[in-house]
Amino acid sequence: MTALLEIENLTIRVAGQTLVDDVSLRLDVGERLGLIGASGSGKSLTALAVLGLLPEGARVTGSIRLDGKELSGRSDRELAQVRGRRIGMVFQEPATALDPLMRVGAQIAGPVRRLTGATRSAAARRAVSLAASVGLPDPEALVRAYPHQLSGGQRQRVGIAIALAGGPDLLIADEPTTALDVTVQAEVLRLLDDLVRERGTALLFISHDLAVVAQVARRVAVLADGRLREHGPVAQVLHHPNDPVTRALLEAARRTSWHAPAAEAAQP
Amino acid sequence: MVALLLLTALVSLAWTPFDPTLVDPSSPWLPPLSGGHLLGTDGSGRDLASQLLAGSQITAFTAVTAAVVAAVVGVGLAVLAAVPRRGGQLVAHLIDVLVALPTLLLAMVLAAVYGGSVGTAVAAIGIGTGVNVARVARAEMTSVLGTDYVLAARVAGAGTVRIVRRHVLPNVAPVLVVQLSLVLALAVLAEAALSYLGFGTPPPTPSWGRMLQDLQRYVTVHPLVVLWPGLAIALVVLGFTSLGDALREAIDPRLQPPGRAAPAAEVLP
Repeated sequence: MTALLEIENLTIRVAGQTLVDDVSLRLDVGERLGLIGASGSGKSLTALAVLGLLPEGARVTGSIRLDGKELSGRSDRELAQVRGRRIGMVFQEPATALDPLMRVGAQIAGPVRRLTGATRSAAARRAVSLAASVGLPDPEALVRAYPHQLSGGQRQRVGIAIALAGGPDLLIADEPTTALDVTVQAEVLRLLDDLVRERGTALLFISHDLAVVAQVARRVAVLADGRLREHGPVAQVLHHPNDPVTRALLEAARRTSWHAPAAEAAQP
Repeated sequence: MVALLLLTALVSLAWTPFDPTLVDPSSPWLPPLSGGHLLGTDGSGRDLASQLLAGSQITAFTAVTAAVVAAVVGVGLAVLAAVPRRGGQLVAHLIDVLVALPTLLLAMVLAAVYGGSVGTAVAAIGIGTGVNVARVARAEMTSVLGTDYVLAARVAGAGTVRIVRRHVLPNVAPVLVVQLSLVLALAVLAEAALSYLGFGTPPPTPSWGRMLQDLQRYVTVHPLVVLWPGLAIALVVLGFTSLGDALREAIDPRLQPPGRAAPAAEVLP
């Protein structure tokens, strides 16, 4: 069986610096993979490379295949067919990932119309039901609000609704809970978990927080300085880390969880 | 004040108390409120109030059309320069070069070549200020194009045209409106300056700038008469700048008091 997403020997160079070095990852249909690493380790670049949205001047080698079809090297127009329809993405900063001048309903309905060919009114209804499915209170009224009238957690839920608008097979979540406070973080994680399970969507969950990744992912890959350091089931990586980088990350997580009780609750 | 300008321009199309160009040698330098002349007359006995009213036509027309030209030039160049693709850098450099050209000089050159008329003044003011608008708009668009919500729109499969139309233009609109209101104000000043220098509206069409020029020789004898066109120009410029601020506040929902922006505001937890 071909994997949903296969990344092989991905290398990304920007201005002569190698930021992602020979990374290979594989994600099956409906599977959840956690991608862990300190900031600057190349996690987000890897995600953007999958969508073909790397900043200008980035040089990519290696292969990225979706359903066995090669994505890297394709034109922007062809990749636009994949974006949204096959792959959705949730961003780290919900405050900036929404257009401040558009009502949130229009921001959800826009991709719905474009990606599914729905009529204006059908897309508007779908936006309300998507808003409801991501647990937004009073969705009929809320779709008429502007982003600045929403709380951070609500904005991130809107972001998730937009990412799901095209019914993607793969959801990339780039530090989706980092900008949220701890209680909201837990709610959004649970929501992502439920939605991905209901829809059979595969999940690539990017985070620097091991405790958070352990909650949603089955397998984890550890990145450091653009290299894949360790890769395996969550339990194995968390309890028997082979790599010093993983051990250092675990150590850091333990030390912070001593200060933050909510992170302890996240432990199995 | 802007509404007042447009209103007076409209009214003067149909009616002025006297013919603004009528020379009446029997009554030069009448003081205000004498002989039915609200603001008095100039050295040739022409009614000052009527000249001001008729001059407002030129002012309003020049300001508005120049702003339209500036908007088209500015937004067009800015989009070409800001959207990353081949040639964008070139357009950006072109803008920087054009910004260095002084608007008034451009107008004078155009007037020298094609003859002084309202058209050349509008073209020169529109293009000259348009490149300034373009420079500001380009910087603003570049920052909007770098935001997460534009990236999010691309992730959702939106194309460049769509992103520019749905996200970039609305988000730079407040800045554009302020810029264009400045263009309106600048155009009033520039038109007055050009007419004053004799490069703008050709006589006998009344214009505030030429009134100033005609009257300045007598400023020591009749200081009051110069005050009227000067005051009119200053008030209209002030009006356009404050209009820009008001429009900006009206456009940007973030600047509106909560509750008025959207009916949904109260029901949110």
